[in-house]
Amino acid sequence: MTARLHQLRQWKRFNLVLAIVLLGLAVLLPYFFDPRASFMNNAVLALAYVVMALGLNIVVGFAGLLDLGYVAFYAFGSYSMGWFASDFFNRVNGEKGVHLGSGTFASTLPGIHLNFLMVAAIAILICAVVGILIGLPTLRLRGDYIAIVTLAFGEIIRVFAFFGDDITFASGYTLTNGRDSISPVDQIDLPFLKEFDSAFSLRPYYWFCLAMVAFVLFVNFRLRDSRLGRAWVAIREDEVAAASMGVPLVKTKLLAYATGGALGGMAGAFLGSYYNAVNANQFQFGFSIFILAMIILGGLGSIWGVVLGAILISFINTYFIPDVFNSVPSKIGLNFDLTQLSFGIFGFLIVLVMVLRPEGLLPERRRKLELTEGVGTGEEGLYEVRG
Amino acid sequence: MSDGTGNGSGTDRILEAADISKVFGGLVAVSEVEFSIPRKGIVSIIGPNGAGKTTFFNMLTGLYKPTTGRIVFDGRDITGGRPDKILSQGMSRTFQNIRLFATMSALENVMVGQHARMKAGLLGSIFRPPWVGKEEKAVAEKAHELLEYVGLRPEVHDELAINLAYGDQRRVEIARALASDPALLLLDEPTAGMNPQESANLVNFMRQLRDERGLTILLIEHDMQVVMDVSEHITVLDHGNKISEGKPEDVRKDPKVVEAYLGTQATVGEKQD
Repeated sequence: MTARLHQLRQWKRFNLVLAIVLLGLAVLLPYFFDPRASFMNNAVLALAYVVMALGLNIVVGFAGLLDLGYVAFYAFGSYSMGWFASDFFNRVNGEKGVHLGSGTFASTLPGIHLNFLMVAAIAILICAVVGILIGLPTLRLRGDYIAIVTLAFGEIIRVFAFFGDDITFASGYTLTNGRDSISPVDQIDLPFLKEFDSAFSLRPYYWFCLAMVAFVLFVNFRLRDSRLGRAWVAIREDEVAAASMGVPLVKTKLLAYATGGALGGMAGAFLGSYYNAVNANQFQFGFSIFILAMIILGGLGSIWGVVLGAILISFINTYFIPDVFNSVPSKIGLNFDLTQLSFGIFGFLIVLVMVLRPEGLLPERRRKLELTEGVGTGEEGLYEVRG
Repeated sequence: MSDGTGNGSGTDRILEAADISKVFGGLVAVSEVEFSIPRKGIVSIIGPNGAGKTTFFNMLTGLYKPTTGRIVFDGRDITGGRPDKILSQGMSRTFQNIRLFATMSALENVMVGQHARMKAGLLGSIFRPPWVGKEEKAVAEKAHELLEYVGLRPEVHDELAINLAYGDQRRVEIARALASDPALLLLDEPTAGMNPQESANLVNFMRQLRDERGLTILLIEHDMQVVMDVSEHITVLDHGNKISEGKPEDVRKDPKVVEAYLGTQATVGEKQD
């Protein structure tokens, strides 16, 4: 046992060292590129997707609840930015606007302008609540049925965003701008730091997002080896046994949805600010699959795997398809744009992974067993589990 | 018998079930069963396959909601209560077909068993203040102790449950059930797949649990040797009805019991004598 414990401790230390080394390298990365280089843009997006994927990993990877409506959190996160850090509500306070810790430029504009950290906190709260609302109808369901309900929920949110410009409040405000963007959305302005300006340099956004990644990694690692993390895995493995061993199913599942949602909302708020705009077209169903593909490619439940999967899929999406391989169809005499095939390519990659390495690129020790030795949660002897 | 409520733990019955039925669609799985367990007793439920024994277990532990009837545990009405609530009130169980969390280590399985006795929530788990660190450590230590108590070699404590030998999996399941410090332990066919020697060891272990830890034990068992050996009181179910109960020697002579077993095991409890 002592040898094994020693091994375990070494493994934990290895994880910590790996995290510090990787983050250290990542901090230095921008110095090798122009502040406005397209690589920097791709890197910022990749990091934001890492945050989202790690959030979804809690729901799908840890707790085993297949959530196909994750885009809803992206939407609520981004709209938090659109609502509370732009001139969207332009008549509040006698058209003078409300400003709390907003940047120098934003503080001259009408509308509500809160500091990004406040908006992020609001986004986290909204998305935690939305996560619980999405979770509630799925509590009695299993597997595929959870996927269908969450998918539908994601679509409901998208439709509301889409037609939000027709939904008006008493005072004449609309819910969203629909397919017209809410723009401009404020840039991030942190206390003690110069206001970010993406027109000038993407580096601050990159570093800020890297800090978010570090935070979310910390949350993932801590949760994995905690009372809650064990309860999630127990539910994933065998709901009946978990409930019988004292794990409250409702509370534990809802905490997974809320935590995953909150992290997605945080990334959503960041992307709202980074894009300087919030548009209903961003919140398509395909986005949920896009994030899900990342965690499947990397390895469900495996934290490092998810990071790798998110970075790979993101760069395939923003770099390899449009920049590297885009000319391939025309070279072989076909007349179409490779970017139109993006989702086909992701689908093909997922099929490849499923055939060649179903446990993902960097599998979690547990999942690997499940998939290679047929350990499963298949047997469902009791249908009436409540809780 | 069912007026034991309000007496708190003063009653000598740790569990009383009155008029318990379970109907699935048109099928009556358990029909109006009266049942009680004396404190620190070791009692058994037996009956042919499909008699409703496991259904009865599942109602006691909250997995099924009884169609009719009332269950009072330790002076509190737990009828239709949630499984996790019932567990935290002190009733724990094992399963007929082992239901360990297959891809968690033996240790982690037993740590999950202590879930109800732990306090760390979402924020506590993330930020891990000192008291959470202490709790984690104490829970891990207790899990090691329990695994040793049930006889699992320390070398395999960190082994994934699925990789353990069958007998060790049974041990881990009992340790997991003990982790919540139950007053009443429900064992669903614990000797399934064991040889006579292992079964005899388990019988001793059950007595040890009762004597050392003050546990009350309710057993579903097919092995008549074990049942007759360890039980102080036996209840016989057949087709969901209670057809007999009493001391082992009375039950085995009961013509109704012999009849119920005809065709499956012709003479109750005498195949090994």
